[in-house]
Amino acid sequence: MSRDKILTAAKQNKPALVALPEMATFAVAGTDLVAAFTASITKAGGAATVLGNLLELPAKIKEGWPDAKRVANFIHGDSSTNESLLKEVALLDLVVLKGQLGVAENGAIWLTNKDCVERVLPFITQHLVLVIDKQTLVGNMHQAYEVMGKQNPDYGVFIAGPSKTADIEQSLVIGAHGPRSLQVFIIE
Amino acid sequence: MRVALFIPCYVDQFYPKVAIATLRLLQHLDLDVHYPMQQTCCGQPMANGGFEHLTGSCNSNFIKAFAGYDYIVSPSGSCVLHVKDHLHDDKQEAAATTIRHKVYELCEFLTDIVQVKSIKASFPKKVALHQGCHGQRGLKLASSTETVVPFFSKPLQLLKMVEGLELVDLDRPDECCGFGGTFCVTEEAVSSAMGLSRIDDYTKHQATVITGTDMSCLMHQEGLIRRKKLPFEVMHISEVLIAGL
Amino acid sequence: MSTHNIPHPEAATAFLKDKERVQWHDETLWFVRYKRDKIVNEIPEWEQLRELASQIKDHTLSRLDEYLQEFEAAAISNGVTVHWAADAAEHNRIVHGIMAKHGAQKIVKSKSMLTEECHLNEYLEAQGIEVVDTDLGERIVQLNKEMPSHIVLPAIHIKKEEVGEIFHQHLGTEKGASDPLYLALAAREHLRQKFLAADIAITGVNFAIAETGAIVVCTNEGNADLGAHLAKVHIACMGIEKLIPRTEHLSVFLRMLARNATGQNITAYSSHFRKPAAGSEMHIVIVDNGRTTQLGREAFRNSLKCIRCGACLNTCPVYRRSGGHSYHNATAGPIGAILAPNLDMRKNADLPFASTLCGSCTDVCPVKIDIHNQLYQWRQVLTQEGYVPAAKTASMKVMASVLSSPARYTFAGKWARKFLRWFPSLALNKKLNPWARQRDLPEPPKESFREWYRKQASGK
Repeated sequence: MSRDKILTAAKQNKPALVALPEMATFAVAGTDLVAAFTASITKAGGAATVLGNLLELPAKIKEGWPDAKRVANFIHGDSSTNESLLKEVALLDLVVLKGQLGVAENGAIWLTNKDCVERVLPFITQHLVLVIDKQTLVGNMHQAYEVMGKQNPDYGVFIAGPSKTADIEQSLVIGAHGPRSLQVFIIE
Repeated sequence: MRVALFIPCYVDQFYPKVAIATLRLLQHLDLDVHYPMQQTCCGQPMANGGFEHLTGSCNSNFIKAFAGYDYIVSPSGSCVLHVKDHLHDDKQEAAATTIRHKVYELCEFLTDIVQVKSIKASFPKKVALHQGCHGQRGLKLASSTETVVPFFSKPLQLLKMVEGLELVDLDRPDECCGFGGTFCVTEEAVSSAMGLSRIDDYTKHQATVITGTDMSCLMHQEGLIRRKKLPFEVMHISEVLIAGL
Repeated sequence: MSTHNIPHPEAATAFLKDKERVQWHDETLWFVRYKRDKIVNEIPEWEQLRELASQIKDHTLSRLDEYLQEFEAAAISNGVTVHWAADAAEHNRIVHGIMAKHGAQKIVKSKSMLTEECHLNEYLEAQGIEVVDTDLGERIVQLNKEMPSHIVLPAIHIKKEEVGEIFHQHLGTEKGASDPLYLALAAREHLRQKFLAADIAITGVNFAIAETGAIVVCTNEGNADLGAHLAKVHIACMGIEKLIPRTEHLSVFLRMLARNATGQNITAYSSHFRKPAAGSEMHIVIVDNGRTTQLGREAFRNSLKCIRCGACLNTCPVYRRSGGHSYHNATAGPIGAILAPNLDMRKNADLPFASTLCGSCTDVCPVKIDIHNQLYQWRQVLTQEGYVPAAKTASMKVMASVLSSPARYTFAGKWARKFLRWFPSLALNKKLNPWARQRDLPEPPKESFREWYRKQASGK
């Protein structure tokens, strides 16, 4: 059986034990996390805006995407509207989801399958809006995994920008197969 | 201290002026320098060609030639690296180990051991420094642009002591020139293309003199330069460091 | 499409005939290296991260069998089906087996160098199954019927006008179009249909977490996720060396991978797959294909730490000027040159010699693989195993004899110089002496240094 063959060979051929190193967090005190996060997400082709209050969000969505017809908003949206929109995910113009935390060093936002509602939503939509609370911002990935590393969700994803590619002569194109844009709202 | 001069085989045969410049430079610094006649070659061309197992007699000859000196100094980063990494002898490993710890490339010997603070050389020209890879990444003669470490360069440190010398900045300060030992003939097309890239860099930055720690790199680039009839002067760093003395 | 088996020097010479194109290829890849330098210099602890990443991988390899079992047990308890493939052929059979069981006809695949190594697409196509590579670069080379030339940037050797021609032929885009945005949008529409219609999605694995049985896939395009979440069956293919012990270790690798690969902070998506969604199936195929053999090679086991960032390719002055196809393997460049001989020494004996041993690859490697040292060590192994031409062995033996004796060496040197002085045109003959194709020879001096020194000493 291949399984046994492989495991036996691995056991036989592996080197002498090397100790597992201690992890470090490389945390930097005093960083302006909102500024750093905004800079990172902008660099990746996305955008970040601070809102004083979650109640400002609906108006911002209307303002930002006036032409979007099929909008699945899982923060303020109507649940029966969303239910019927989910029947044809391929036609979604805009999806609005809540993220668990944001990472300043790279603009990454963590969502689990529960946050995504359906796993495909953050990918199939033409445009994506993610909302995070300001106090969930952390400096770097080590700090992020300290917060979510033990969650063990069925599925989780760090989303750090709109989808993109540079596979045609290294020319950057935003909006490869996934969303053409990512707007992050950071709620104070 | 008794210093032995280790002259690369191809420098001995084809670029004696480099060996003479190295000798003169060390004598100028009041060092007791000897040239052991027993020496031949460090064995690198065979080892890099996959024939390290044939270098035994080269190794024992090297140990024989250089036993009993305080320092062994060579105007070649790659030869010194080879000795440091690969000098072994089943019958006299202790002697081999001693020598591995005493062998130095010229620039590092001057900055680290002699701790030269000034050189009375004068060389008022625009100079491009070719940082030979084995010396740079192997012997750590200078930091490499790939690593996130504070910048340092022993050859540069010495060149800065030379009056009137203007060092040019390069687009790719530490890209390999393409010599690589037998690589220069077994992969001739790539080797020449790599050398020509370096030369384009020097041309772009208007250098008039090319210098470096390894005559092998310089010999390869000079070959390309002469074929293209370009007006560069090519000199080993030892020759620059005694200019005008 | 199989890899042509032209030895590297010949393939490189052919590649270098188009000087303008090589300059473009070299500069494009150097720019990726430049972007990498810029971003890693923003991380003061970069060199510490390299050390940490290296040690985590070293540790993992030293307990590989245990971590593989831990991973399998966790994955199974997550409802994932785990398969084991000893070699490429078995991997292909297993993947096909899953498809046959589901009667699957339409497959989408995101980037997986392992599946390239196993020539999976060829195998499946021979069974009448359509596999669509969804990574844009992979799709381009797939349509063009060639292998990727870079592990991260598969179509780096192709110009936009050529992409335009490929898309015109296969996707119906306008003839002569070369605008990357126009072409990428055409690919978006074309591939979206493939995602929506796919029965099965195949992905690679960037990292496999032993403690949870989860796998992590990193993309910028989102194609791995679109495939895996829309199809009913997700097959993830991984080499045994993709394991890391714990979830928290991902922080180190996710900080390093994209920065080192393309000079971006992180890929747009870093997806952690642990359990299939309700109503879906997830399979993981764990592949050996020579990896346990490499594990047993003391000088070369380090190469298994590779996280496939591609930085060694970008920095390699030889790779940039010879192109990925000249390495005649799925994985090209410096890392390819130390992995491939393990699989087939005869076929890949040229690769470790396609290098000047400059050491730049070792310096950029995020997990501190001593690549250039392994290139040197492979040269010794290949020579001892007899994969070097007899003529070379003969001339090396002569060289060893000459260079170990002062008398023979002095004699040889003197006559070499005389020869050059008396027969310069013979020495400069391009057919006899490859050196002379583009280079002049040094002026042979009358006296060697030791002759001069001896005269000086006796003159005193």
